Amino acid sequence: MAEDLLLDIRGLVIEATSYPPGEPPKEVTLVHGVDVQLQRGRVLGLIGESGAGKSTIGLSAMAYGRGGVRLTGGTIRLNGREIRTAGPAELRKLRGREVTYVSQSAAASFNPAKRLMDQVIETTLSHGLMGRAEAEVRAVGLFRKLGLPGPETFGQRFPHQVSGGQLQRAMTAMALCPKPDLVIFDEPTTALDVTTQIDVLAAIKEAIRDTHVAALYITHDLAVVAQVADEIMVLRHGRRVELGETEQIIHAPREAYTRALVSVRSLEHVEKAPAPPVLKIEGVTARYRGTGFDVLKNVSVDLPAGQTLAVVGESGSGKSTLARAITGLLPPSKGRITFAGRTLSADLSGRTKDDLREIQMIYQMADTAMNPRQTVGTIVGRPLELYFGMKGAERDRRVQDLLDQIEMGKGFAQRYPAELSGGQKQRVCIARALAADPKLIICDEVTSALDPLVADGILKLLLNLQAEAHVAYLFITHDLATVRAIADKIAVMYKGEVRRYGQKSDVLAPPYDDYTDLLLSSVPEMEVGWLEQVIAHRKMESAGN
Amino acid sequence: MRIPASALLGLALTGLFLFTAIFAQWIAPYPIDAAVGGVWEGPSATFWLGTDTIGRDILSRLIYGGQITIFVALASSLLSFGLGSFFGFLAAVRGGWTDQILSRIVDLMMAIPSLIVALVMLSVLPLNLTVLILVMGVLDSTRVFRLARAVAMDIAVMDYVEAAKLRGEKQGWVIFREILPNALSPLVAEFGMRFIFAVLFISTLSFLGLGIQPPLTDWGGMVKENKDGLIYGKGAALMPAAAIALLAISVNLVADWVLTRTSSLKGGRGG
Repeated sequence: MAEDLLLDIRGLVIEATSYPPGEPPKEVTLVHGVDVQLQRGRVLGLIGESGAGKSTIGLSAMAYGRGGVRLTGGTIRLNGREIRTAGPAELRKLRGREVTYVSQSAAASFNPAKRLMDQVIETTLSHGLMGRAEAEVRAVGLFRKLGLPGPETFGQRFPHQVSGGQLQRAMTAMALCPKPDLVIFDEPTTALDVTTQIDVLAAIKEAIRDTHVAALYITHDLAVVAQVADEIMVLRHGRRVELGETEQIIHAPREAYTRALVSVRSLEHVEKAPAPPVLKIEGVTARYRGTGFDVLKNVSVDLPAGQTLAVVGESGSGKSTLARAITGLLPPSKGRITFAGRTLSADLSGRTKDDLREIQMIYQMADTAMNPRQTVGTIVGRPLELYFGMKGAERDRRVQDLLDQIEMGKGFAQRYPAELSGGQKQRVCIARALAADPKLIICDEVTSALDPLVADGILKLLLNLQAEAHVAYLFITHDLATVRAIADKIAVMYKGEVRRYGQKSDVLAPPYDDYTDLLLSSVPEMEVGWLEQVIAHRKMESAGN
Repeated sequence: MRIPASALLGLALTGLFLFTAIFAQWIAPYPIDAAVGGVWEGPSATFWLGTDTIGRDILSRLIYGGQITIFVALASSLLSFGLGSFFGFLAAVRGGWTDQILSRIVDLMMAIPSLIVALVMLSVLPLNLTVLILVMGVLDSTRVFRLARAVAMDIAVMDYVEAAKLRGEKQGWVIFREILPNALSPLVAEFGMRFIFAVLFISTLSFLGLGIQPPLTDWGGMVKENKDGLIYGKGAALMPAAAIALLAISVNLVADWVLTRTSSLKGGRGG
């Protein structure tokens, strides 16, 4: 079926110039001779951690290299003709017509000053594929197919007037509008909340099926790609690890690396017995200055010493605000926070040195949580100086102890954050928190910016440290797999309220309230056909109601 | 690290200007105020750039004048940077009323053209180098304040600054250890720009007669002394004017390079 072969990439080599800090620029090879074949109407999932080259390979299907990336070797044949060496005029004809692209961040990709309809049909018009009226009819049809509200009038809105999930679907409509042969989906649901992700995923899957378009689906989440792809290619360090039918990859992976990816997020943590709380939050209500509504409404939760309370919810649920209230960055308007037997001052300025020392924080983005101009030694050593007055050799020794504790070993103290990998950065942040010898560490989405395998490593490290140092974690997350892996108690938050709260085994067992049920059932499972089951189940339930 | 040709040229010329300014006493062929030739002689082997309105060697006066021009400009830019960045950082870190009061004072100062304020102040105050530097430095610090505040605002919302506050660090640590090192690159690039404006400003003031007073001289003053020669086709006034332009361009080339280097660092991709 040679004529069915849409995309045929052979021996693809991609190079780029890298600029390591403090060193001369050097040439690096991102992709080492990868082959990709895609039949018409099929969906190929490209999966791997960051730096695997999945986006770079995906974009090469339209002969595009992002920011200084060069396609230096191999052949890329699309619809039977070579495009790697094609000139700009030929590429212009092909991009947006035969191949289209859906990016991760729809919010950053739409022009905020133009209405959605104009942007959705723009490429279709500029390629002269249809007249304006015809293109608009097609766009409305796509809006309907993608389940957007009020498809006839949806295009009249501006990007800021619709939600993130709707915007991502509008972008999918944009990509499908010119009737392309191939669509490249680059992490289209990664930036979305888990309850939104499932709808977008279902919409994308249905649209792909109905339009018979071929697709490259790029993601780091194997459970997501298992729902949409016919075949999956596992990539690592710019090389192909394994290629196979989705069923085979999920159920019978051949390579060790693939097995590790499949078994990721299966950590289970046995909850500890209830104990007296180290942190007690009673009826806390808070709002940001200049706004007219409470972001936290009468929140009451306890956290036992040496245990973990997971605060779960989607974006805007108030979980990070709760952390700000505990740390004193946002003084609550009502309520009381008791820590280690003493009532905490609502405001940061009213807290004692011990209050500050005993509550530490780890952030989601380790990149911005460390001063790029300070070495790891300074970053970890500063709390030692400030709280314990350690200096010189004593301080350096303790810093090294802490680095050993986070499994980083020698030679890291002199490095700058830019010279560390994502996982190492987060470990340094953990070491900085530990340096203060705290009773409570607030972990704000600490694993959500990391690759699954690295995130697993961080979670294991946190569990070990908890056992050693008897520190309590307030663990803020939107990911229920993480919750299973680490929590003793769970508080489910929605719109500033605690919807459900209790021991992990109680919260994660029926009967659920509606929101907890929605949240729990939205987490993608490593199972082919999971998406259809959930959607069918929800349809039945709503029909029943 | 490769330095582009334009930046190399800028560095070389700026270096030359600084060198001649520092060692003026040894380099200048004639004293600053001795009439050694005829009036408005053209360039020759004896007087490389010709002579001025009363027969003084223009090259020597350019070298001595450069010393004063560069010294005053440098001193006032340093002053404006000290003031501007300190208050700019303070406004960004403290926010609230501190920010409001400082920012409105700066708005007020910027609402009046700085040349007019300078002219008024210099006509009232005694005319000497210290007063000149103070007036220029304070007036220019408003621009630096704006930049420093904007840069520090971006840095102040970073998690590592929040982490420092949560750790219980004092304001001094937050400003000097967390914010300053990260704000330095854009400020250094801006320093080149402000220095050039200071050169132009002192030249303007001297041209108007309110800057450097005789027997000292600077480039702006030299343009003023020789401007009448232009009517008779004597190019003496063009020499200091060209020196001002050349200094401005060479410092700009360096500042440009610093700016692109730092912004490419921020983008993380270089190139």
